Amino acid sequence: MPLIRLEDIRKTYYRGEIDVPVLRGVSLSIDRGEMVALMGASGSGKTTLMNILGCLDRPTSGQYWLDGEEMSGLSMDERAGVRNRKIGFVFQNFNLLARTSALENVLMPLSYSHEPLSDRQAHERATRLLAAVGLGDRMDHQPSQLSGGQQQRVAIARSLIHDPPLLLADEPTGNLDSHTSVETLRMFQCLNAEQGITIILVTHDAGVASYAQRSIRMRDGLIEDGADDHRVTDGVAAAGRHAGGGENR
Amino acid sequence: MRVYRILRTAVRALRRNIMRSTLTTLGIVIGCASVIAMIEIGQGSATAVRKSIESMGSNNLLIQSGTAASGGVSFGSGTILTLTPGDGEAILAECPAVDALAPLVRVRPQLVYGNRNWVPPYIYGTVPEYLDVREWNLAEGDVFSDRDVRNGSKVCVVGQTIVRELFDGQSPLGKEIRIKSVPFRVVGVLTRKGASMTGLDQDDLVLAPWTTIKYRVAGTSAQTAVQTATVAGDPSQRINTLSQLYPGSMTGLYPVPSAAQLANTPQPVRFANVDQLLARVVTEDQIPVAMRQITELLRERHRIRSGEPDDFNIRDMTEMARTMSSTTKLMSWLLLIVACISLVVGGVGIMNIMLVSVTERTREIGLRMAVGARARDILRQFLVEAIVLCLLGGIMGIVLGRLGSMVVTSLLKWPTETSIPAVVAAFLVSASVGIAFGYYPAWKASRLDPIEALRYE
Repeated sequence: MPLIRLEDIRKTYYRGEIDVPVLRGVSLSIDRGEMVALMGASGSGKTTLMNILGCLDRPTSGQYWLDGEEMSGLSMDERAGVRNRKIGFVFQNFNLLARTSALENVLMPLSYSHEPLSDRQAHERATRLLAAVGLGDRMDHQPSQLSGGQQQRVAIARSLIHDPPLLLADEPTGNLDSHTSVETLRMFQCLNAEQGITIILVTHDAGVASYAQRSIRMRDGLIEDGADDHRVTDGVAAAGRHAGGGENR
Repeated sequence: MRVYRILRTAVRALRRNIMRSTLTTLGIVIGCASVIAMIEIGQGSATAVRKSIESMGSNNLLIQSGTAASGGVSFGSGTILTLTPGDGEAILAECPAVDALAPLVRVRPQLVYGNRNWVPPYIYGTVPEYLDVREWNLAEGDVFSDRDVRNGSKVCVVGQTIVRELFDGQSPLGKEIRIKSVPFRVVGVLTRKGASMTGLDQDDLVLAPWTTIKYRVAGTSAQTAVQTATVAGDPSQRINTLSQLYPGSMTGLYPVPSAAQLANTPQPVRFANVDQLLARVVTEDQIPVAMRQITELLRERHRIRSGEPDDFNIRDMTEMARTMSSTTKLMSWLLLIVACISLVVGGVGIMNIMLVSVTERTREIGLRMAVGARARDILRQFLVEAIVLCLLGGIMGIVLGRLGSMVVTSLLKWPTETSIPAVVAAFLVSASVGIAFGYYPAWKASRLDPIEALRYE
């Protein structure tokens, strides 16, 4: 059973009188343990798709199964619970709490979990995760005392605190230099290979996408390529080729 | 456990921006401090004002003997002697609303000192407690003692007007004045009290033991001709041994009743009567209670059947009491309004900074929502932050306000009064200000869309 399955997801924004369709029927499936790159130019709808995948937003129509559960009908609070338990987020601008130690940053999501760990357990887990991302000696440092790469590693440790099956990384290397970008991406590969975490990298950079096993390309609210690893969704791919002339970036 | 975690998160968030938190709290600190200081100073001055009004006699009750009537002609209040010092002692013992009492015997004779003479409106025969009842102090010397009262010593205390008129402003201590040719040694001088509410010079006064005045000066008692008529046959006058030593100079207008007549109309035997009893009530609002208690007690002691009129009457200083209560009421209202304004200003400060804080922390809110915070978690977090700020501010304000009022007391010598209700109120009000003014920013934070909040620059 795939970890993620989307059926004809549509999202339309209503801006006054005009309807703006952003996703126009996206279907895809991602298996457990895959590392996928979600690519597309700005305006292609990849951010909207990522928000829906991350349960931050809900589709106008269509169905989304995450880990066997239907997501599109959940209330805001229920989606918050899903985000807490099942999804880890890594952002382009790290989004760490300022003037707060790396350890506290990693511990932060635990305060919203339904089955809170004891302080000692939580502390142990956060320490282990920080050590795993190579920051075992910098747990007391605040974000301003850490380099960009180190900050992103704190963010990765934070996203893993709940052992989520899915990790969503939104342009994780966008604010990093090429050297630390490679380090970070290697770390994602490592997490994917060793712990079997499903990772979705949202990027517009083909270089970044090349670290993934599969690329999903988006264009004008539709998936152009790579919706399903095993079978080519002919109609969608053909439509994309037809509309965009099949150019690759 | 959960409460502890929520509090910890709030305290951490506040510590992250310690400067802003401190400045935010400052509004509440100052608000609370001013409330506490103002209430303490205000209560102190209210008490001082009450004290000074009370010294004018606003909490005094005057109990007078009843009315004599003969052949349908009433002679006015105080014309029949029904009150005894025993009544006074009983009132003091059995009426909890009365905390001091002095019997009064009034005479109005001429005073002579050297070649000067003077007639004050009244010379009061009383007990040393009179000064407590009137809340009057001595400028010089000492008051006569209870022993002087028992012995009927010829000592007296004089008011400022007497000093001016008889002694030409010189200290009268140890001098002897003659009251109706009885020599009295002056042992004390009263402080100046000025005119009473009715315009009477209160300093034109001589105080002496009531026994001395009654038996040596008045002979029997301050009696008018009419009174003499009604009490001429009073057996108390004959049984009283002192009245033989110092016989009354007045002769009865009416024939002395025979033994048979006396047996037919028995009169209670009283060895001593006083003209009036002056009682001090604990506080103004107890005056009606005190009047009821005294009436009940005296009716019982005087064996007055229900339905029959009282043989005494009680007067209070209603007008003064009313002035008094309206003054203090006005004062407390004024303080309350000022206190409310300063707390609201503090609250608006909190709300302002919390709103800024919500805007500034939009990204943090987005992040917290992304990792699983529900809207109500965010609402609670910001609300708890506001409440923690306000409570800390409240505590600091209470401490500061106490210090402030202490400083005021020690430097300016203003009277202040510690007020536990004010402390409790300031604490509760600062907490509710936290809730009231923290709610809107917290609600605003909780309504943020996580997607937009995360992208907020």
